[in-house]
Amino acid sequence: MADGSIGLWTVPLAVLGGAIRVSTPFLFVSLGECITERSGRINLGLEGTLVMGAMSAYGISYLTGSPWLGVLAAGVAGALLGALHAGICSLPRVNDIAVGIALMLFGTGLAFYLGKPLIEPTAPRLPAIDFGWWSDIPQLRAALRINVMFLIGVALAPILYWAFRTTRWGLLIRTAGESSDAARAMGYSVLLIRLRATMVGGFLAGIGGSFLSLFYPGSWNEGLSSGQGITAVALVIFARWDPLLCLWASLAFGGAAALGPALQSVGVTSGYHLFNAAPYILTLAIMIVTCSPKRTLTGAPAELSITR
Amino acid sequence: MDFGRISRRHLLQGGAALTLGAAAGARPAFAAETTIGFIYVGSRDDYGYNQAHAQGAAALKKIPGLKVVEEEKVPETDAVEKTIESMINLDGATLLFPTSFGYYNPHMIKMANKFPKLRFEHCGGLWSDKDPKNAGSYFGYIDEAQYISGIVAGYTSKSGKLGFVAAKPIPQVLRNINAFALGAKLANPKATTQVIFTGDWSMPVKEAEATNSLIDQGVDVLTCHVDGPKTMVENAARRGAFVCGYHTNQSPLAPKAYLTGAEWNWEALYPKFVKMIAAGESIPNFYRGGLKEEIVKTSPYGEAVSAEARKHADDIKAKFLSAEGYAIFKGGLLDNKGKTVIAAGTDRGQKDPELEKMDYLVEGVVGATS
Repeated sequence: MADGSIGLWTVPLAVLGGAIRVSTPFLFVSLGECITERSGRINLGLEGTLVMGAMSAYGISYLTGSPWLGVLAAGVAGALLGALHAGICSLPRVNDIAVGIALMLFGTGLAFYLGKPLIEPTAPRLPAIDFGWWSDIPQLRAALRINVMFLIGVALAPILYWAFRTTRWGLLIRTAGESSDAARAMGYSVLLIRLRATMVGGFLAGIGGSFLSLFYPGSWNEGLSSGQGITAVALVIFARWDPLLCLWASLAFGGAAALGPALQSVGVTSGYHLFNAAPYILTLAIMIVTCSPKRTLTGAPAELSITR
Repeated sequence: MDFGRISRRHLLQGGAALTLGAAAGARPAFAAETTIGFIYVGSRDDYGYNQAHAQGAAALKKIPGLKVVEEEKVPETDAVEKTIESMINLDGATLLFPTSFGYYNPHMIKMANKFPKLRFEHCGGLWSDKDPKNAGSYFGYIDEAQYISGIVAGYTSKSGKLGFVAAKPIPQVLRNINAFALGAKLANPKATTQVIFTGDWSMPVKEAEATNSLIDQGVDVLTCHVDGPKTMVENAARRGAFVCGYHTNQSPLAPKAYLTGAEWNWEALYPKFVKMIAAGESIPNFYRGGLKEEIVKTSPYGEAVSAEARKHADDIKAKFLSAEGYAIFKGGLLDNKGKTVIAAGTDRGQKDPELEKMDYLVEGVVGATS
């Protein structure tokens, strides 16, 4: 169009762009949590891991000048927090949910403390790949500037789906999650499996955090996560512990987050609080539709403390 | 032991020394250390609201004999009362600046009643006759600086579409949006300002989404009223749009895209307060002002600002600084639903209390308050 505006097309485009831009942290945290929960443990601390990952990634990227080292550092920080969670939960009579809440506060607190001097500087960001080169609509090109981490996340979902079904490690994690007795009878240490699963989960969540600080919105500040980590943990239940459904759920959440601002920008201004709440309304609606008092959640690992 | 009296005496001694020192042309020094406490709701280097106050505190640190104690991320709850008490009892603070809006009632009022000899200065303009006399509230007419930003934005925009990322539709925010939109219309009568409310003061992902949506709509100059403008400034600059800053100077974040900005000028005001105390004058309980009173200022123009825009903006700035002042909200003003909000012939000057109740968006703003 002559004035460079694309009118109402903004809304679907913003939802598409939002699904790509906003969903990546959801995707990584939910896939990580999926692995952890499949092994029979819930790590609610991933909100703290996400924030800690965002902070470490920004810090390392700023100090070394390499955003990819930052991503790695975020993963390592996440894995360490995961190891801490698993370590504490290995002790007898420890509740994993309570430890998770403690670690959520610990992770965010530590990140705020260490991240104090990082609010002001600007760190090098992750590059974007231009997938919109074929289009001459600038808005579409902007929406299709995709970060490689999104692609990794998208690829990871089917790989995990496949791994849970066919690989030895996937089956072992599921065994530990469905029946720890069976895993023990086979001669495996359940605690060790869960330690590794929680560490991998933390690694992925940390990487999800690095996306927040190094790509979008793309700087470190204390309001950065605003609850996305905890939303992603809930997403796993919503996705029935299925990595492929985690992918779709993350995309839906990302798109829904973009809906409120996009509708306001085309002039649908009434009830923007309602549209801003769209992701949560979506969760509630699906929870209500799919829940039943007569049976436990389908797909829930039997060893989880919420289903046991 | 009466901490209040001792501290008060210290402050007066210090004040006397300052005046004497200044009069003798010597380096002004306080005889005894006077401690001033600053409390921020967020992080003091957020490129936003809190950083503006921290810059004011930094200006006080340069005055010899003054000791500044600061605490960040104090929530607007009982926590601020505890912080105030510990600043008074442990650090000996005699002048306190609880800077966040929500600290005032009931927390700061309670503390002002408990420590009647100490001075409390709150940012937000909430003081009324019923409140303790040792409490004060100051605020700036930052819409004057937003008006200047609007003029610059109106000249710079090629599409005539401006964007405003706002937190909540409360009077102070609406006043800024309206002033920006009216300034833009002065430069380009056809300019429109599209507003997106994110719903809260610090929502980085929503602010980034709002910025992208506005740019997708053809907006090419953006400004904001949220606690930390960093997200909007960086994301808009990445998309090639121009920005006007808010709270403090964000030009280091986007040197090419930064046009100008509406900034607080606490580093001018706070030393003034200290001098008033030192001279034995009382600070007015209700202290307000704009560009003329040096409570707000505008950022230096960026390189993208045309000579024409600079001239027009400087002319209006001179009117704000002049003795007779300048009214942004002039009669015959319609809101964006076509209703007359200020009748023809009435000019609402800056100090008009009606403006404090603003609940409308003026003609030329695309958006709604609810």
